[in-house]
Amino acid sequence: MTHPNMLEIRDLHVYFRGYEGVSRVLDGISLNVGRGERVGLAGETGCGKTVTMKTVMGVLKIPPAMVPHGEVILDGQNVLEMSAKQLLQIKGTRISMIFQDPMNALNPVFMVGEQLYDVIRFAQGDSGTGRKRFGTEIHDRAIAALEEVRLPDPERILRSYPLELSGGMRQRVLIAMALVNGPSFLIADEPQTALDVTIGAQILDLLSELVRTKGISVLLITHNLGVIQETTERVYVMYAGQIAETTPTPVLFKNPKHPYSQGLLASVPRLTGGEIAEGIRGTVPDYTVAPSGCRFHPRCDYVMSICSQRKPPSFPVEPDHYVGCWLYGKEGGSK
Amino acid sequence: MSDPLLVVKDLVKRFPIRAGIFHRKVAEVKAVEAVSFDIRGGEIFSLVGESGSGKSTVGKTLLGIYRPTDGTIRFKGKDVTTLTKENARFFKKEAQMVFQDPKSSLNPRRSIKSTLEETLIVHKIARNGRERERMVGGLLEMVELPPNYMYKYPSMLSGGQRQRVAIARALALDPSFIVLDEPTSALDVSVQAKIIRLLRRLQAKRQMAYLFISHDLSLMRTMASRTAVMYLGRIYELAPTEELFTNPLYPYTKTLISAVPVVSEEERRMKPEKQSLGGEIPSPINPPGGCAFHPRCSLVERVCSEQLPDLVEVKPGHFVRCHGVTNA
Repeated sequence: MTHPNMLEIRDLHVYFRGYEGVSRVLDGISLNVGRGERVGLAGETGCGKTVTMKTVMGVLKIPPAMVPHGEVILDGQNVLEMSAKQLLQIKGTRISMIFQDPMNALNPVFMVGEQLYDVIRFAQGDSGTGRKRFGTEIHDRAIAALEEVRLPDPERILRSYPLELSGGMRQRVLIAMALVNGPSFLIADEPQTALDVTIGAQILDLLSELVRTKGISVLLITHNLGVIQETTERVYVMYAGQIAETTPTPVLFKNPKHPYSQGLLASVPRLTGGEIAEGIRGTVPDYTVAPSGCRFHPRCDYVMSICSQRKPPSFPVEPDHYVGCWLYGKEGGSK
Repeated sequence: MSDPLLVVKDLVKRFPIRAGIFHRKVAEVKAVEAVSFDIRGGEIFSLVGESGSGKSTVGKTLLGIYRPTDGTIRFKGKDVTTLTKENARFFKKEAQMVFQDPKSSLNPRRSIKSTLEETLIVHKIARNGRERERMVGGLLEMVELPPNYMYKYPSMLSGGQRQRVAIARALALDPSFIVLDEPTSALDVSVQAKIIRLLRRLQAKRQMAYLFISHDLSLMRTMASRTAVMYLGRIYELAPTEELFTNPLYPYTKTLISAVPVVSEEERRMKPEKQSLGGEIPSPINPPGGCAFHPRCSLVERVCSEQLPDLVEVKPGHFVRCHGVTNA
């Protein structure tokens, strides 16, 4: 029973209970990742990218978090209804993650080899404590995984501690770990942000090539629109816990429809030069007193009375291009 | 042409690495090696490079945060290489700095007012408390924050607002030169856009010169009049920004520009051919001999590993340090 979509998030709400009241962080987001598709999730700090990712990976702590409404269907199964054991089985074998900071994702007191062997043994149903079952087969697979990410001298890398490796090499090790068990879905959270420009470009090239040849579905989470443009096929733009716009990636950069996407793109400095726009007026809202209706309305230049009253649904403007904005609601209603 | 505001000549900064019970010097980090450039009044000059290139060290050494190992720094004709009692007061009034992370450059236990009036007190600018308060309000207005923000603490502000306070602090003594060390790299793009616009407005209004240190090439394209590319402690290419981006000559510059993730078709078309074999940035403790980029360069020749090329002016204002360019 293969589900048509690798990941399907339907009307997901995630709230947090805190001292200052309830923070309504995710306000009904819906998102799909098709099989073999590379999808980007773009948004600025505090828009809910990480909460979305944590919900999908089942690592959200409930409480303080609450999921009053919504479903997360991963490979045909609802993550929110899974037991911890079931979740653990999926993680590391069928879905993998790559994090932003390769230093924090590796344990500094163990050699790279030990950490990589653990991942491989885990997929074979070994809890990782049975050290005696260590065999040459695992070693060979570890070497092959490191060669695949083009790390020179893999034998030496296996015997190195994370501190002995550079940032780019650590990120390669993490990619090797993420892909060694042949997952069908990969979540990458800002995989190049902590690296230098030329090293980050190498990592992105490597990652795109590997997922393309292996046909892995990818959800790439980033604030860098350039990275979205260069590595994804379809993109979701997120603002304050709502999906503002979803479209095939090239369309977003040629013809953004949502006022937030337009403001965001105008703020990006270009290699071709020219002035950058003033950006978007105001600041990101506080989630305990989030604006009603469309959460972007207090900062929007085209605000109408309906915007503060009702949350806009996703209006289709073109095939595969949906905009969560009342400007596109009525027939012929364009800005 | 007017005299340059700041002239840096053969600036060297090395950090010793000490070890053992006698704390003996075992090696050196060669952070900055013989860097020379000048900045004219009212100009935005930018240093770009990746981590370990020495760009931040140049900025900090200029302002006397680090003591230079060798070389001279002249500001408005005066030698400020080492800050003596007489020139320290003059230079610190004229030259200020804004750091990358406003969260760590502002004291969390001090109100914004207390942070901003510190410099006014040290330099005896205001006569009394009331005048100081008026001046602090004026500074906040200059960075487009409401004056009542002076009673807030850094934790109550957003990242962009904190960086505005840091800019206000730099402006307090009406400087003619500000070193901006990655002032927007901790911010989101839409917030960055606002800070950049503010910095440009302030620069135009007060005729200040900026040394803008950044790893973001697209940002430098919109900001700087001249750009220098640093790699492992040296300047390898220096040109008017427009010229550098449309006609880069040094293989590392080309690789750097081609690595920038871009959003439009026009940008993609102007990207030069990548001229690198990949690989990592070497350590500045033991940089490669000759041209430091030679182990990663796809056009490497024998001479590159043996001899450091000179920084040669190949066109008016366009300097490059590369055997491949100058011998061709």
